[in-house]
Amino acid sequence: MSDLELRALRKSFGSADIIRGVDLAVPAGERHAVIGPNGAGKSTLFNLISGAFPPTSGEVMLGGERISGRPPYEINRRGLSRSFQVTNIFHNMSVYENLRCAVLWSLGYRYTLWRSAAALKDAAERSREVLHLIGLDHARETPAGLLSYADQRALEIGVTIAGGARVILLDEPTAGMSRAETDRAVDLIRRVTEGRTLLIVEHDMGVVFGLADRISVLVYGEVIATGTPAEIRGDPRVREAYLGEEAA
Amino acid sequence: MTAIDRALPAMRPVGVRSSPLAAVAPWLLGAAILLALPFVFPSRTGFTIMNAIGINVVFALSYNMLLGQGGMLSFGHAVWFGLGGFAAMHMMVAIDKLALPVPVFLLPLVGFAAGLLAGAVLGWPICRRAGTPFAMITLGIGELIAAAGLMFVTVFGGEEGIKGDRVVGPMLFGLDLGPQGGVYWFIAFWVFAAALAMWAFTRTPLGRLSLAVRDNPDRVPFIGYDPQRVRYLVFMVASGFAGLAGGMAAVNYEILTPQIFGALTSGNVLLMAFIGGLGAFYGPILGAVLIVLMQSMLSDYTEGWQLYVGLLFMGLVMFAPGGLASMVEGGARAVRRGDWRERAPAWASGALAFAVLAAGIVLLVELAFRAHGGGALRLAGLTLRPGDAMGWIIGIALVSLGAGLLRLLTRRGHDGDTARPA
Ligand SMILES: Nc1ncnc2c1ncn2[C@@H]1O[C@H](COP(=O)(O)OP(=O)(O)OP(=O)(O)O)[C@@H](O)[C@H]1O
Ligand SMILES: [Mg+2]
Repeated sequence: MSDLELRALRKSFGSADIIRGVDLAVPAGERHAVIGPNGAGKSTLFNLISGAFPPTSGEVMLGGERISGRPPYEINRRGLSRSFQVTNIFHNMSVYENLRCAVLWSLGYRYTLWRSAAALKDAAERSREVLHLIGLDHARETPAGLLSYADQRALEIGVTIAGGARVILLDEPTAGMSRAETDRAVDLIRRVTEGRTLLIVEHDMGVVFGLADRISVLVYGEVIATGTPAEIRGDPRVREAYLGEEAA
Repeated sequence: MTAIDRALPAMRPVGVRSSPLAAVAPWLLGAAILLALPFVFPSRTGFTIMNAIGINVVFALSYNMLLGQGGMLSFGHAVWFGLGGFAAMHMMVAIDKLALPVPVFLLPLVGFAAGLLAGAVLGWPICRRAGTPFAMITLGIGELIAAAGLMFVTVFGGEEGIKGDRVVGPMLFGLDLGPQGGVYWFIAFWVFAAALAMWAFTRTPLGRLSLAVRDNPDRVPFIGYDPQRVRYLVFMVASGFAGLAGGMAAVNYEILTPQIFGALTSGNVLLMAFIGGLGAFYGPILGAVLIVLMQSMLSDYTEGWQLYVGLLFMGLVMFAPGGLASMVEGGARAVRRGDWRERAPAWASGALAFAVLAAGIVLLVELAFRAHGGGALRLAGLTLRPGDAMGWIIGIALVSLGAGLLRLLTRRGHDGDTARPA
């Protein structure tokens, strides 16, 4: 069964049609990459899926349940979590606090005001686990805003996966990183999305072809091709629309 | 909002790892101070001032729950203070009239309940907006309730206000609330209890999340929480504690007038929190102590005390946006790092420059006050008349010297003692 499914999804801003009828089905456990030129609508697609804003028409299904039109916090509670292209973490809070806030709802704590957060053993354990996973043990008490760029990006991923969402959306997680940092980030992504469904937007073709089970190519708000990395590499339309210019 | 943004980041990432002793020590110290104060200042005036400070400490802490903790700038916090106060006052009157077996000692709880309830009802529309629109709405609600306060005479007593008698009902802990000294222990108890409760709130999941909402509200929905709901709940709790402070005021003053709802009350609590510092839990306590002291001591000597509070506010916003607390924190950090000896000269010269500047400003202001038919200003054997040039020259010289020194110092020493990186 598809974990995440987009059906005839459309979005216009005023008279500008940005997403023009996208159908996509991502089976549970698949790592699916979305590629496409700048301004193709990749981030907009993520915004529609995660509930940042509602689609103009069409639907988004999560595990067979319709989530489009719901506010983002409800979508998140149903097991879909996303990261942002521009780092979006809690800059004035410590790395550990960032993670602890991100695990609270999934552990059932809601808007609790009769217990000390520090006394929640399961939240502490899960936060420590993610802290270790993203390799920031040494920076536990550092305010997130003071981390290096690569570490902030790692924390962004940590905050995204901390709640244990089944479906993870990552928007250009390696953008702006050096080769070595990218390799580490890919390794991290591989580990934290093990057994989960991943939708990833990425410009780095090395990352895409190394990580993805399948790839969709988005051009001008339309998916022009979906397939395995080999199929995509061999698709003449894709070469023409996208890969051609990359290779040149 | 920039000044606030600069003031906020100073909030320490609360020490998740701090030892139990380090967490308890400030509370033991606070309790010791509360216990010792009546013996240090046993006069009637002393009690009057300390009781006023206590009420404002709770009020200012509740304000900081909103601003420091939730990032909500309110211009109408007096509403909850006043409603809590009037609820407690009516209860006090009822205890007397109906001979209810309710101890007056517990009236702050009535204030808390009233504040919480009012915050829940009115906060619902108010909290649908954040940022500047939120601030504007609170301003509107403040004006609205202030106007309503004068209109509904049966509830708020009109210009006369509502009077009560606190020596009614059963006693609690054998405490006689008649004398000011008795009221002190009532105030001290509630200051301690409320401060402890508000501190505990900062540690709860909701308290932690409200920091997240203050920091980056746009990210919060994507970790499963509705930022609007978080704000609303924090708003309710903060209104409750403001109401508790109002209940303390009702018992202490035995009279409340609708004036309590006015912009002056709301502005004062903002000043106390800001001057004390939004970034540390104890900041507003320092601010409340300082402002009430200035109010009660300076007002004996000069009509200009409010002007001085305003100048202090401006000075702090410009030079130490973290308020008094950031200075304390800066000092503590230097001691911990062990480099306070190297920094001491810079602090001393900064303080000196400030003192010179302040002296000059005070002199000019006081002369200006007297320019219209006032008497002479007698200072340290010097008699200065507003009609003579002498006083003005000294004043201007002091101001120029102080300002020049400050400029020199701030230009040289951008070592981030007062302004920390965001
Ligand atoms: N909220 C919005 N209002 C109006 N236009 C928008 C909005 N969000 C995105 N757009 C427009 O939609 C188009 C697609 O933007 P989007 O950010 O989705 O592209 P992208 O594929 O993520 O590009 P990039 O690779 O540069 O990140 C752009 O032309 C952008 O200007
Ligand atoms: Mg994008």
